[in-house]
Amino acid sequence: MSMQKLAILLISAVLVAGCAKKTKPDDEAARVAGSGADDGFVTQPLTEDELYAMGRPVEGEFGAIDAPQALAGQTIIYFDFDSSAIRAEYTQSLAGHAAYLVENSQATVRLEGHTDERGSREYNIGLGERRAQAVRRALMLQGVRGDQITTVSYGEERPAVTGSDEEAWAMNRRVEIVYLR
Amino acid sequence: MSYRIPALAFSLLLMLAAPLAQAELRIEITRGVSEAVPIAIVPFGFEGEGRPPVDVAAVIDANLAFSGRFAPMDRRDMVARPTRPADVRLEDWRLLKRDVVVVGNIKPVAGGRYEIEFHVFDVFRGQPLMGYTLPVAANNLRAGAHRIADMIFERLTGVPGIFSTRIAYITVDRDQGKPRYRLWLADADGARPGVIAESAQPIMSPSWSPDGRRIAYVSFETGASRVFVQEIATGKREIVSSAPGINGSPAWSPDGTQLALVLGGVDGNLEIYVLTLANKQLRRVTNHPAIDTEPSWAPDGKSIYFTSDRAGGPQVYRVGLDGANPRRVTFEGNYNARPRVSPDGEQLALVHNDRGNYRIALLDMQRGGLRVLSEGRQDESPSFAPNGSMIIYATREGGRGVLSAVSTDGRVRQRIAATEGDVREPVWSPYAR
Repeated sequence: MSMQKLAILLISAVLVAGCAKKTKPDDEAARVAGSGADDGFVTQPLTEDELYAMGRPVEGEFGAIDAPQALAGQTIIYFDFDSSAIRAEYTQSLAGHAAYLVENSQATVRLEGHTDERGSREYNIGLGERRAQAVRRALMLQGVRGDQITTVSYGEERPAVTGSDEEAWAMNRRVEIVYLR
Repeated sequence: MSYRIPALAFSLLLMLAAPLAQAELRIEITRGVSEAVPIAIVPFGFEGEGRPPVDVAAVIDANLAFSGRFAPMDRRDMVARPTRPADVRLEDWRLLKRDVVVVGNIKPVAGGRYEIEFHVFDVFRGQPLMGYTLPVAANNLRAGAHRIADMIFERLTGVPGIFSTRIAYITVDRDQGKPRYRLWLADADGARPGVIAESAQPIMSPSWSPDGRRIAYVSFETGASRVFVQEIATGKREIVSSAPGINGSPAWSPDGTQLALVLGGVDGNLEIYVLTLANKQLRRVTNHPAIDTEPSWAPDGKSIYFTSDRAGGPQVYRVGLDGANPRRVTFEGNYNARPRVSPDGEQLALVHNDRGNYRIALLDMQRGGLRVLSEGRQDESPSFAPNGSMIIYATREGGRGVLSAVSTDGRVRQRIAATEGDVREPVWSPYAR
């Protein structure tokens, strides 16, 4: 980079810093005014660097890899309304996941719990977590180590299907079993 | 799509010059609060060239109408449009059955600023009620208009106005295949929206600090839920909670020093904790295998209301900060969740299942009794205006999330102008300082 460019960059940095200062409330003025003085806010969306200052997610949605071939197509478990009970139809596929994880003790999974859109959001985070934990317990009962499993609940925030009918809701009440690298 | 708002980059200098008229009379609203006061906001004069960038009278008009306590007059019905107090003929307005008339004038002054002068008259008594001159920055006429609406509202009702406040809310756009979650701030009437955070992963549960300078929220951008605190003026932010498992539902204590939040841990047992922000010390409040979540502080900062399904379905409980003896406070119906305490501490707004519909209800904690306020099928996330007069909430319209507001007496309902996308989780700011 030439010195000229560097100088321009530095000057603009100073200018930006100068402008940024003005976004801070003028305490003196606010006090004198004793009013609802509006001190403004930064409306720039965060840059990628700012957004991921605490660590950039790994490629493939936070380390996700394809499920083992024999278990592909069996990675989603659906639930009844207001329930975290695992339906009998999933016994076999869960046993398959458990057997794979026991056999491949370095393999890890993330259980992602979801709810339908009804009800309050943070409470739904709790319900989604309860579903993920039900699957976690089922796997651990079959010998999977706790440290091979992490859970995350998205509640109603990441529906698989949009729509506000019974069909969409049934598709959204689920736990997704995600294999990690 | 995001907006840069240079208008707000400069602090608004709202110097209240000495009142032009010392009127100590307060209008008696003889029709009672349930009757809207007939008012006329005459279009303001403008001494600059062309038109002013903001129709100040229209903004005041819309603000006062929004409160439900005033019935502004259609401009087309005004027989005269005075802009100076000397030109106001009160008998004209008496004939038009107006109780209050407001006139004003906008004058460009040195330094690229404006001076807004306005006068309020009690038509019935034939007296001036208030008169002020406000200098405002050229790009901040709208904020000046909100401030004038606040002053008129407080003068006439005795209750501070909320038109200079803001709302925070979340949108999600799915248009380009992948969702985009955004946290927005806007004026309380929906004007001047701007994005303060965005992510491909969910953002949820925004909560204002009591001084209005910071917002806490939950973001999944790192692949797990984390609680962030962001300074509004600078955009600077930090993660304040990143425990294993769920980190959620942040709620500022009334004194701003603590954050109630919810941790799930490895075993996913959601409990409420209080985090002291200065030293990051964490204190556990609830202790139960059920879901305990959605904390909301009582205004005295001594107790916390929260949602728990320890009795089966979700109900609201109250507990002291020491966690001893949580007491159930909702009994009507099988679903009562996400309580928010009114500013006076006497009422709870919550999500209530009303015969299969999720609606906003108000619980009177003194007298008991639950009153359903909203009419949708999936209403959620109620938030009180800082003066306690209105509740803003999220509802669905045509398959899309939109924002609505309802007065706490249930009489006034308003749909809030919103941007594109699915809108949710509105939170009303504290009073502007």
